[in-house]
Amino acid sequence: MSQWVRKGIQTGIKTTAYPAREETAAGVSPGRPVGGDYSEQTTEALIACCPTQALSQIDHRLVVDYRRCVHCFRCRDGLAASIAWQQGYEWAGAAGDEPPSLGDEFSRCSIHILVVDAGDCGACLNEVKQLNNPYYNMHRLGFFITPTPRQADILLVVGPGTDQMRLALRKAYEAMPAPKRVVAVGTCALSGSVFGPSFVSAGGISQILPVDIEIPGQPPPPLAILHGLLAVVGRKAPVSLISPAPMAADKEGV
Amino acid sequence: MNHAELEEQIRRRWPGRVNMYRDTSKTLVIEPNLSLLRDLCGWLFTGASLPFGGTVVEESADEWELRHIFYGVEGGGWVQVMARQPLAVKTFPSISTKVHAASWQEREIEDLFGLTFEGHPLLGDFVLHNDIWQEGVEPMRHQFNAKTPISERQPDPDWRPRRIVQAPGAFIMPIGPIFSGIAESVNLQLETVGEDVICAFPRLFYEYRGIEKIAEGRAAADALLLAERFAATTAFAHALAFCQAAETICGIKVPARASVLRVFLAELERFRHHVGAISAICESTALAVAASQMAILEEDLLRLSGVLAGHRYLFGLTTPGGMCKDLDSAVCQKTYRKCREILAQMERLEEMLRFSSSFLDRLEEVGFISRDETLNHSLVGPIARASGVVRDLRKIQPYSGYECFDFETPGESEGDGYARLRVIFEEARQSVRLMKQAAAVLEPGPVRATIQFKAGAALGWTEAPRGAAFHWLRLSEDGRVVRYRIIPPSFINWHGFHLSVENFAFQDLPIILATMNLSVAENDR
Repeated sequence: MSQWVRKGIQTGIKTTAYPAREETAAGVSPGRPVGGDYSEQTTEALIACCPTQALSQIDHRLVVDYRRCVHCFRCRDGLAASIAWQQGYEWAGAAGDEPPSLGDEFSRCSIHILVVDAGDCGACLNEVKQLNNPYYNMHRLGFFITPTPRQADILLVVGPGTDQMRLALRKAYEAMPAPKRVVAVGTCALSGSVFGPSFVSAGGISQILPVDIEIPGQPPPPLAILHGLLAVVGRKAPVSLISPAPMAADKEGV
Repeated sequence: MNHAELEEQIRRRWPGRVNMYRDTSKTLVIEPNLSLLRDLCGWLFTGASLPFGGTVVEESADEWELRHIFYGVEGGGWVQVMARQPLAVKTFPSISTKVHAASWQEREIEDLFGLTFEGHPLLGDFVLHNDIWQEGVEPMRHQFNAKTPISERQPDPDWRPRRIVQAPGAFIMPIGPIFSGIAESVNLQLETVGEDVICAFPRLFYEYRGIEKIAEGRAAADALLLAERFAATTAFAHALAFCQAAETICGIKVPARASVLRVFLAELERFRHHVGAISAICESTALAVAASQMAILEEDLLRLSGVLAGHRYLFGLTTPGGMCKDLDSAVCQKTYRKCREILAQMERLEEMLRFSSSFLDRLEEVGFISRDETLNHSLVGPIARASGVVRDLRKIQPYSGYECFDFETPGESEGDGYARLRVIFEEARQSVRLMKQAAAVLEPGPVRATIQFKAGAALGWTEAPRGAAFHWLRLSEDGRVVRYRIIPPSFINWHGFHLSVENFAFQDLPIILATMNLSVAENDR
């Protein structure tokens, strides 16, 4: 067995510097479209090509609703005039007006997470799984996966909320002690994505449980999920779920 | 034996009672007298040794069309056994007493279409769980509106799982749908009298999203989004199967460069998937360093996919007619070289695992599936190949130009967890070998042919990382989906899951699950 110990030491540290510093490795995120001012014609073409109505026009500017974007890349690759694309991964946003943070007393505590799959395609779940690998290693930030809702502070839900998971999901939530937060991961969990709402899909976890933090992306890269978790404990600020962000747009008038 | 000889034999056996014709050069359609359906399918399965692929049922304006798909005889092609009934008659003879592999297919159809299969020993409570759904919903019928949300129902408190073991003191230990750790939603009912588990049955479809139903009426390009997203760890393989079905309907030939790129991406996906699967196996045996090491490689491959294609799970790349966008040949070369490095690292770990006795002890003779049962259930993918049934659609039914590539399909005969691990390792190696060849033959050229949609139906297939995937697609003239049926490898293999969990120690369950590498999302659709 000593060979494995040696192997582990030889590998050295792989872990990302995030959240202390930005992660700059290529391929950690698929990026996402950016709204803003486009010509009238381009705006119309872009809105028409979006299969999930993530793009819309408000006050003559193109607005991207990340809760609906499914990364089909049609607005980037399919048209003559494509949409601007932005790398990055700090995507998590607050679902309601309330501050999503658990409170200051939790910012330095160990936080336990129960992961529930409510109809996920496997990608979001796999990205959550990556948080345990040496590159992301969420344990160093105090996040742990727990097997039981009784010990969980965060309910992390992936998938659109299928009809047959509704009961299990609700039971898990009710079994958690307060204070508790629900983190919805992935476009499916935010809006149902391409699946719903339908006769077996709730069209988003917020139809079943009160959601606190929403992490868009299909799937959101591991760093985006990490950003969401850090937002729950108040160590990172959540960002806007639409682009351009309403506040920033007013201030800068871009 | 080829198709002509098969036809001749069937004619001799049942003179004048079977109608046969060639649909395309590769598909033989057999329409027997309804009373012959069971015997004929049984003879094809056991007498002619044709593996069973899956069942497609379609509701046309005035009749039911039932299609049992069998793999063709040597040299490729498909054999479809067709049966028809007027819409008002909602019964078909069940073939599952003779073709056991069809059992789950018939159960699914019964639940979703309301068709009864005469002679099937166990129908009901399958896709739609009986504790919350009433009988007779029949969501796959055309008259059912998929958009209407169903009101919330209270589960039936009297519902009880089915029990097989009737010994004194026997009880069912339910696990799931919410597991400890990060796992997909499935309920496993372990029947036990104490320490050892006697048998276990999965209760699936907690993640049923009705993909086949909600695809209906959508444009082909939008249904492709569903094909890609219903089981996204193998997104590219399923998207490719869908596109190939659409291309067959429209009679389109994909440009050469697009075919080669598809092979390249499909093998990249297989490589990544298998590395992830190996990591999961190491983790299940609590060999933490090996699991972490493999997880590093998996993340490396995810990042590599992100750099090459823009998406870590290869979304939005293929489309009916070719590729959505061209990939840079130089970047493909670079990707291959990086994959070769990752493979070298993987092989070093493989060597170390081969000499880690505590690891091997937990895999050997665990989750055994015999060759006979593999054939009986027509299992697919690495699971079948580890049990001595070496079947690979890339070899026997080549698509996307796989016939031009030089690669081997690995096989093992032990049928246990370690045999499956060895198959997965070897397949990963072969994938990198294929990527090398594909990157070398990438010629400049167009990557997308214009596609003119036509009405029609066709079968698309790929050898997905978990095994054979079939996508049956029927399009209307304006390119909208009329019927979409997915027969994913996990659905076929979950049917055989109970074989691997007979008389086992409880602590082996995670290991068996990891070596079987079944996806719930892919199964549930």
